[in-house]
Amino acid sequence: MTAPNARRPRQLRIEVLRHNPADAASVPRLQGYELTEAPGMTLFIALNEIRETQDPSLQFDFVCRAGICGSCGMLINGRPGLACRTLIQDMDPHIRLAPLPVFELIGDLSVDTGKWMRAVGERLEAWLHGAAGADVDRMEAPMDPDLADAIYELDRCIECGCCVAACGSAQMREDFVGAVGLNRIARFRLDPRDGRDDGDFYELIGDDQGVFGCMTLLGCQDVCPKDLPLQTQIAFLRRHMARRGFGGG
Amino acid sequence: MSEARGGLVMDVPKSRWPAWLDVAQSTSGLLLALFMWGHMFFVASILLGKDAMWTVTRFFEGYYVFGTPHPWLVSLVVAAVIALFVVHGALALRKFPADYRQYRALRRHMKGMHHADTTLWWWQVVTGFALFFLASPHLYIMLTQPGSIGPYGSADRVWSDGMWGLYLLLLLAVEFHGGIGLYRLAVKWGWPGGGQTARRRLKALKWGLTAFFVVLGLATLGAYAQIGMEHAEHYGERYEPGLEGGR
Repeated sequence: MTAPNARRPRQLRIEVLRHNPADAASVPRLQGYELTEAPGMTLFIALNEIRETQDPSLQFDFVCRAGICGSCGMLINGRPGLACRTLIQDMDPHIRLAPLPVFELIGDLSVDTGKWMRAVGERLEAWLHGAAGADVDRMEAPMDPDLADAIYELDRCIECGCCVAACGSAQMREDFVGAVGLNRIARFRLDPRDGRDDGDFYELIGDDQGVFGCMTLLGCQDVCPKDLPLQTQIAFLRRHMARRGFGGG
Repeated sequence: MSEARGGLVMDVPKSRWPAWLDVAQSTSGLLLALFMWGHMFFVASILLGKDAMWTVTRFFEGYYVFGTPHPWLVSLVVAAVIALFVVHGALALRKFPADYRQYRALRRHMKGMHHADTTLWWWQVVTGFALFFLASPHLYIMLTQPGSIGPYGSADRVWSDGMWGLYLLLLLAVEFHGGIGLYRLAVKWGWPGGGQTARRRLKALKWGLTAFFVVLGLATLGAYAQIGMEHAEHYGERYEPGLEGGR
């Protein structure tokens, strides 16, 4: 058996959907780049090599290079994913890249997820409520470790936007809050420091722009780079919001 | 919370209707899907023989309770199914792409994603749309001519009345739409839980059930067509147990 690193390096062709909305003369176009695959190469490394050696004008975002910051989300052969978490050795050498849909395009592969996330965060009031007037000098009440783990599990969301870009509902209806928004509500609903009840949460997500707008296409669950249990959380919220809608607690 | 009405922002509680409509869509779909499974077993009784199908027919006509057949009882059930069908169709329409922009966005997304559950949703929309036209003639005939249901009456309808084409398309549309719908319903409401492993098993079960009901449906349709062919010369004659022995 041949060792993987003894394999002859492949020639890659990476096509990028390029467009600069700030330039009135810019027309969306596919631009191809050829480069040689290196061992352990991620898409992020390949894009950096292209930018350094072939085309300094290529726009894409990155910060952490380790799947933590959520900046390098893009459509990779049509599916949302993080460039830094995508190993090229698992892929066909012909790769097509495009910016994430739904979000405002900055240029080429760079989109403004932050603007969208902030708007949803404000709309869903995604912060602890009822903490006003709390004595910040006093020791916090202890939390059950299992509950803290459950909250942390949902807090692992890096807001990369992949779930929104993978959501058929969000493609059709721009005002849908997406899995990332619903996950935030699920997170604050778990938190005993948040004083809101299901009645309050119903006011935020009890409509077709919120939890009832989810058509269960499951794209969010299947592309989430952090493997968050998004569908489980949406189903949980749906049951509780439906009960609330019927007048129950 | 505030809701915009007529340009004014009013401080009113959010409507409870979205919750009701969501639950009603799921419930009506669940009832229709379960009905279709039962329906398939009832019509498939023809595979056990004409007497078996005749017995099932008479049972639903109340023959074994009242001593005489009352086909209007079948009409009552059909009326209830029509009501469910209309409610479910009206509620499901809310989720269809509403204009060309939404249609294009969904199609482009689906083609790029190559994601099985997104594609299945599209097929659920397509088969659901087809059912508006395929199910309506069948439901109307069952509502207005319940007495014609029987081993010969149904077989004549399939073959001599040329309904086999509609029933073939109806079978495929119902089984795919219902199978995908039940699977989505379970995942949507979080049953049975268990995350991705449970979802994979649920999906395998869904495909298994769809294959089973499509095969059963094709065999049943074939059996009615066969009987219809053989009975074409006596079109209109109703089946009674023992009738065949005398002819």
